[in-house]
Amino acid sequence: MLSPSPEKLLSTEAAALQLEQGISPWRNAWHRLSRNKPAVFGGAMLIILAVLCAIGPWVMHNDYQSQNLYNTFAPPSTAHWMGTDQLGRDLFARLLYGGRISIMVGLVATSVALTIGVTYGAIAGFFGGKLDAVMMRIVDILYALPFTIFVILLMVFFGRNIFLLFFAIGAVEWLTMARIVRSQIMAIKRMEYIEAARSLGFGRRRIIFRHMIPNILGPIIVYTTLTIPAVMLLEAFLSFLGLGVQPPMSSWGVLIKDGAERMEEYPWLLIFPGSVFSLTLFSLNFLGDGLRDALDVQSSKD
Amino acid sequence: MLRFIVRRLLETIPVLFIIITATFFMVRFVPGGPFDGEKATTPEIKRNLEAYYGLNLPLHRQYLNYLDSILIHGDLGRSTKYANRTVNEIIADKLPASIELGLLSLTIALVFGLTAGILAAVKRNSFIDHAASSFAMIGICVPTFVLGPLLVLGLAIHLGWFSASGWYNWQDRILPSLTLGVVYAAYIARLTRGGMLEVLNQDYIRTARAKGASELRIIFRHALRGGLLPVVSYLGPAIAGILTGSFVIETIFQIPGLGREFVNSAFNRDYTLVLGTVILYAVLIVTLNLVVDVVQVWLNPKLKFE
Repeated sequence: MLSPSPEKLLSTEAAALQLEQGISPWRNAWHRLSRNKPAVFGGAMLIILAVLCAIGPWVMHNDYQSQNLYNTFAPPSTAHWMGTDQLGRDLFARLLYGGRISIMVGLVATSVALTIGVTYGAIAGFFGGKLDAVMMRIVDILYALPFTIFVILLMVFFGRNIFLLFFAIGAVEWLTMARIVRSQIMAIKRMEYIEAARSLGFGRRRIIFRHMIPNILGPIIVYTTLTIPAVMLLEAFLSFLGLGVQPPMSSWGVLIKDGAERMEEYPWLLIFPGSVFSLTLFSLNFLGDGLRDALDVQSSKD
Repeated sequence: MLRFIVRRLLETIPVLFIIITATFFMVRFVPGGPFDGEKATTPEIKRNLEAYYGLNLPLHRQYLNYLDSILIHGDLGRSTKYANRTVNEIIADKLPASIELGLLSLTIALVFGLTAGILAAVKRNSFIDHAASSFAMIGICVPTFVLGPLLVLGLAIHLGWFSASGWYNWQDRILPSLTLGVVYAAYIARLTRGGMLEVLNQDYIRTARAKGASELRIIFRHALRGGLLPVVSYLGPAIAGILTGSFVIETIFQIPGLGREFVNSAFNRDYTLVLGTVILYAVLIVTLNLVVDVVQVWLNPKLKFE
C-alpha cells in the first residue's frame, strides 16, 4: 500500500486540475453525473416523458376525452397504440394527458414542501438554542403521526379539490427537507464568510437567503429530486383510493385504478399505465441517486 | 433506561391529546353531517338522531363527553352509519385481519430485507450484491397498487395458484402480505447494506478478524449490532407505512380489515367510526414508535443523552 491506488491518483489529479484551471464545482459535478449511466438514462427518460406529455396531446389525432362507444376495450393496434378503455377513449392519449397532471402534482406539491422545509430548517439551524430544540422536537413528533390518514380525511371532508391536494401532500412531505437543511445550516453557520457578512451589518434574512442557502444547494437539489417520486406516489395512492384527481381529469393513479378494476379481461389497461408510472419513479430515483454521488452529498439517516 | 422510557411515555400524552382534539374538531367542522345522506330525513327524525348521538349539545360539552367516554370508559361511541353497532364492536371485528396482514408483511420485509442486505454487504460488488440492489430498486419503484394487481393477474388469474381475493385460508395471506412487504423489504435491504458496509470497515472488526474469529461470528456477533442501527430507526416509519399501506391492499384483495373500513367510514361521514379508527391508529403508531426508540437506545446507549 505504498503507492496510492489508481482511483485515488486520478481523483487527486482531477482536484489539481480543478485548482489550476478553475473548473467550478458545478462543472465538476456535471462531469461526474454525465458518466453515471443509470442517472443519464433516468434524466433522458424524464425529458422524453415530459416532452411527450407536454406536446403529445396537441399533435396526436386521438383525443383524451372523445368517446367511441363502438370501439370500447380495443386491444393495442396501429390506430390505438395502447388500446382503448371502457368508453372507447384512446389509452395512449389519456396516458399522456394523465402524465401532465401527475407531473404537475409532483412539481407543485414538491415546491410547497421545498418552501416550507427550507424556510423551517434554515430558521431552526440559524437561530439554534431553545428555538431550534422546540422546532425540531415538533418535527420529531410530526414524523411519528399517521399523516396519510389526515390527508385522506382532508380530501374526503373538504372536497377532492386539486389545489387542496397540492397543499395537503406538500404539507406532509417537508419534514425530511427541514431536517437536512437544518443540519447543513448548522455546519456552515460558523464559517468565516458568514462572519464576514454579519460584520458587514447584513440582516439575518439576507444572510440566510443570500449567503447560506446558495451554499447548501447541493443537498437541497438532491432531496428535491427524491421528494418528487414520493409526492407522485402519494398522489397516485390517493387517486387509487378514489380520493385524488377526479374525472374528467385523470392522472396515472386514476388510470392504474381503472385498469386494475378491469385487468382480468383487458390487462393492457393496467400494464401500460403501471409500467409508465414505475418507469418514471425509476428514472427519478436513478437521477436522484446520481445527483447525490455527483454533488457528493453524504446520505442522511432520514 | 427506566428514566428514558418514563420520559418518552410522558411525551406521548400531549401528542395523543393533540391528535384526539384535532380530529374531533376537524370532523365536527366539516361541511355535511352524517345524516345528510340521499335519503331525505324529516327535521323531527334528524333532531331525534342528533339527540341520540348527543350532537345537539354545545360543542364543548360534546368534546368533554367524548373525552370522558373514551378515557374513563374506553368507549368509542356508536357508529353514526350503523346505529345498532358500537365503534368498539366494529374495531374488534375488523382489526384482527389488519393486524395479521401487518405482522405478516413486516415479517416478510424483515426476513427478505435483512438477508438480502447482509449478503450484499458481505459479498460486496458480487453478483449477489447487484441482484439485491436491483431487487431493492424494483421494490421501491413499483408501487403496491401496481404490484398487487399484477401479481393477481399473473399468479392468481393466469396460473391459478391463488385466489384473487378473499381472506379465508393461508393461501389467501400470501399475495397481500407479499405485496405489502416487498416495498419495505427493499428499503430495509438498502439500509442494512449501507449500515453493514460502514461497520465492516471499522477497526474492531479488523481486530476480531486478527483474533481469528470466523466470518459468521464476525457478522452475527460483532457487526450486526451496529449495522442494524439504521434499520431499527427506519422501523418506526415502516410500521406507520404498513398500517396505511394496508388501506390499498385491503381494497385490492377484498380483505375485511380495518383499513378498508376506515376509508369507507370517511366516505360515509361516519363521524364516530372515523374518530375511533384515527385514535386507534394514532395510539398504535405512537406506541410502536416508543418501542422502536427503546430498542434503538438499547442497541446504542449513546442516544440516551441526546
